[in-house]
This record gives sequence, C-alpha cells and structure tokens, in this order.
Amino acid sequence: MPKEQLRSLLAILLASFLIAGCASSGTPEPIEPSEPPEPTEPTERPPAPPPPPDFDSSGNPFVPGTMRLLERTFYFEFDRAVLMRSDLTALETHAQVLRNNRSRSVVLEGHCDERGTREYNLALGERRANAIRSFLTSAGVSASQIEMVSYGEERPEDPGHDESAWGRNRRGVMIYR
Amino acid sequence: MRSAVRNAVRFVAGLLCLAAVPALCAESLDTIIIDAGYDKQTRIAIVPFRQGPEFLGLAQLADVVGFDLARSGQFAPEPPENMLSYPTVQREVFFRDWRILGVEYLVIGRANAEYNGDLSVSYELFDVYNERQMLEERMTAPRHKWRDIAHAVSDVVFEKITGIRGAFSTRMVYVLAENAGTDYARYRLELADSDGERSRTLFTSNEPLMSPSWSPDGRRVAYVSFETGRPGIVLHDMATGARELLPNFVGINGSPIFSPNGQNLALVLSRDGNPEVYVMNLTDRRLRRITRHHGIDTEPSWTPDGGSLIFTSDRGGRPQIYQVELATNFIERLTFQGPYNTRARLLPDGQHLIFVHRRDGVDHIAWQDLERDDLRVLTATPLDESPSLAPNGTMLIYATQDQGKGILAVVSIDGRVKYRLPSSSGDVREPAWSPFIDALRSNF
Repeated sequence: MPKEQLRSLLAILLASFLIAGCASSGTPEPIEPSEPPEPTEPTERPPAPPPPPDFDSSGNPFVPGTMRLLERTFYFEFDRAVLMRSDLTALETHAQVLRNNRSRSVVLEGHCDERGTREYNLALGERRANAIRSFLTSAGVSASQIEMVSYGEERPEDPGHDESAWGRNRRGVMIYR
Repeated sequence: MRSAVRNAVRFVAGLLCLAAVPALCAESLDTIIIDAGYDKQTRIAIVPFRQGPEFLGLAQLADVVGFDLARSGQFAPEPPENMLSYPTVQREVFFRDWRILGVEYLVIGRANAEYNGDLSVSYELFDVYNERQMLEERMTAPRHKWRDIAHAVSDVVFEKITGIRGAFSTRMVYVLAENAGTDYARYRLELADSDGERSRTLFTSNEPLMSPSWSPDGRRVAYVSFETGRPGIVLHDMATGARELLPNFVGINGSPIFSPNGQNLALVLSRDGNPEVYVMNLTDRRLRRITRHHGIDTEPSWTPDGGSLIFTSDRGGRPQIYQVELATNFIERLTFQGPYNTRARLLPDGQHLIFVHRRDGVDHIAWQDLERDDLRVLTATPLDESPSLAPNGTMLIYATQDQGKGILAVVSIDGRVKYRLPSSSGDVREPAWSPFIDALRSNF
C-alpha cells in the first residue's frame, strides 16, 4: 500500500520536475531560490560575483543557486519506513544533484529509535534507507552512486528516552562522498 | 516472617556491598539489588570460612556463596551476627545452635594454601533437622580462581538441595556503550561473572557492537561489529582473544547464533535485498539460505535438537515469532497475542518460549507455553529487551532502562525472583549468559 502511494507521489513529482527541467534546459540558468537569502552585511560589491558553488567544503550540496545547505536528514514515523510528503522536494533536489554529478556518490544511513529489539531495528533501518534509495533510483540516480548502511538503534542522534528524542532518531541520513 | 526473610536478603546484599566491592577488582558492575524473591525461602547458614592471614584482603568465601544463593530467590542466608557459633570443621558443629535459629541447612568450610601456592578449599553441607552430613568436598584451583571456587561451592550446594544444576560459575558477555549519540561514542564488549563481578573488556571500538552469543562449548563468542564501517560478524576466541571477521556481504550481516552442536552458525544477511535467515557451516563456510520472503526475517535461534530455527518475521504484517524446520522448510507461526513479538529463545525443554512482547506500547519480556498457548509477562520495566537464558533454564538476564540508563536485570522464569545489576559507567545492554563452563580450569 505505501509503495503504491509512494509511486503515485513520485509520478507527480517527476512530472513537475520534467516541466521545471524543460523550462530551464539549455544553458544553466540560476534557479529562483524558494526563500529569500539571509540578509547579509552590505560589503563592497565585487564587480562580477562568481556563480555559487554546488557543494560546500565538506562536499555537502547546496540548494542549487543558493548558499543554503540542502537538508540531508529525513525523519520517519514510528515503526514505518514511508517517506514524508514534506521531504519529497528536498529528495528530488538530491536526485537532481546526483544526476548532474555522476562522479559523486552517497551513503544512505538508516536509523531507528530505541523501542523494539536491536536486530529487528537493524532491518527496519535498512528498510528506511531503502525507501530513500528507491526514490533516488526512480528519479534517475544510478544505483552505483548509492550505498546503504543500517545502524538500527545503535547511533542515536538524541540520547534521550522520550517522544521527542525518538522522533529525532527515526531517520535516514544522506552522506555525500 | 516474610519481611524478616526479605530483610535478611537485604542484609546479606548490604554486607556484600561493604565486603566484596573494595576487596575486588576496580571495574565491575555495581552491587546487585534484589527486588523480589519467593515468599517461602529455604533457611541456610553459611558460616564464615576459616581463611588464614595469607588470604587477607580477599572476599570472605561464605559471603560470595551466601549472595549467590540469595539472588537465586530460593534461599534466605542467615546473617553471620545472628549465629550462635562459628564452626569450620565438623566436630565444632552443634545442631541445636542451628535448630534454635530455624536454619534448615548449614555450610562450613576452610581455605588453605597448597605447597605450590594453589588454593585448596574444603567445605561440608549439613541437614540440620536430620543431623546429617550431606556432602563433604575439597576443591583446588590456582589462587586467582578465588571467586570461582566460591561459585563452584554455590553450584554444588544449590544442586544438592534443589536438584537443579547451579549456574553460579557461569559468565556473561554484554555490550557497554559510552557516550552513544555523540562523536566520542565508544562500545566495549565486556566479559564478567554471572553476578557482574570481575568484568573485563574483550574488545573496544568507536563503532557499534551488537548481538553477542556464545558457542555451546563456551570457547567462542560471535557478535556483530561495525568496525569496518559496515556490519560484520566476528568470531572471538575467549582463551586467546583471537578475532576472525567472517566474509562480509552487502547490507546487513547480523544475528549470529551457534547451533547446539557448535558446527553451524545461523545468521541474517540482506545481500539479496532484504533480511533473510541463513545457516553457515563453520567447517567449510558454505551458506544455506533458509527463509525466502520479501518481509523482514531476522533474529534466528535454534531449537534444542538443532533441527529447526525460530525467528522473527513481519511476513504477516507485524513482527511475530515463526519456526522453520530445516529438513522440510515447513514454516509455522508461534505467537499470536499482541502486535509485536520478537527475538525469541527456547527454554532447554523446547516447549517454552521467551521473547520481547509489546503491551500497551511498552516492551516487556514474556514467556509462552507452546502447547497450551499460555502467555505470561515477566517484567514490568520499560524498554526490556535481549533476554538470555541461564544454562539451567531457571533465570534469564535481559537489558532494561533504569533512570534513563541501560542496565541489566534478571528475572526467574516464573517471574517471582527479580534483581538488578546497576552500572555506574555507560549504558549496559545485550547480555548473553554463557553455557555451563569449567570455571576452575578455564583460562578466561
């Protein structure tokens, strides 16, 4: 059931992406940032600003055309491995970055909260990484650009033992290589 | 009466707190806290053993034996200050001194140094009402086996009185996680006595360690290590410390567990896309795939005859326990109550299951009679997991949370006896109780 849901969402997204992609095909044009950039201190204006880089110094991608880092952590509901609708835009942008940079690869980490048994959570974490992987490969990213590792509940982001900690620990993380 | 017995148990526990901890190794789990025992406990007196000045600074053997028996929940050891006499040889025993106290059994003993420096301990067990000696034995071992001798005495006394083989000489391994969830996380695989004393580190890693389990001869432990950046299965030799990393496959390499004859290892691989149960022949290292399902199949464990595996699967929508017969691949579902039943182990009789059972959203350890389908929740704490049986099948150790920290706890199979092993350092988890071992001769 979730798979079908995901597939239809994907179709919608792919369609909208294709439309956007057509509009900006040809010479690379700066894409409108979805949010206005942070107001910065006015400095002496350089004569010709260089185009913003695609990645920061640690290799993490910016939202194209901005200096804002693209979200790389995606959260999941308890005991589920279905991507949140609100994350699909960011994931589509990752797919775009990876399609445009075939030499780059990602490790998809799958994580769980501490409830449930450890080996079962290792399997559930892998299912979460798989959900991200399926999205990326359906969006045209080569399988050879993707590695997965599930850490189950072994590497919490938040060591707490309450709902808010658990919510932060049920996640998939994209590590760019 | 009942509270007097409880107090006696508490007193012995307190006494050990004072006596055992400073005298022994610096690194141990903290002293056990006994939370519940049987209402009717056997009254036993373990008289302080005669320990010459050459054993100064070592724990009183009688304290170790008394605490072993107390945490079984079946015995109420008499506090030494209540005793009317302190015999260490048979001719000093006057049964009326013990009848007056209501003591049913009496243990006396003495420690001596052999000419070669080895330790020699003689002890005797008496039936007070029948004024009869039940047992007299002498044990020798190297001097560093001081505590092992005490546990060996406990094993024999326990078996002589209850008819059940004692498991006090056993060991356990567990994972100690420090600063998990930070950049300074460290994971240690620890080995300790079954009472948490004398812990030492077998392996340390900055990456997670998981799922330790013993070989049936007690010579090896298998576990999962992320030391290469991905999960891999390690076979660790307890005597030499030699580690062998098994060939690693893409995806999960997990849940290693030795077959009852020690010749095979059940494990989980997701190399074909999702987690499946495999059996590896440890001689030729060939793999046989056991499960074939697109759901999660994991957490295998053997039936005592080695002919079947029980495992966790969400093939029915929610994780439940299943059994697969290896000769026929016939699969049968074993658990039906509740939405979440995982990581099962069978008791030595093959008829009873222990596993993690979710009730009202909280994970507990449960017991199930497979024939009568009777389910009993044994624990009341939250986040209970990783149950591991004592080799005599009377108790199980599991991981739980206490004030936000991971600790180990023990519960009897009938749920009546409970004690905790608090830890002052890090989160303690994933205990694995060893099989019976010859602790007086083993070199670990």
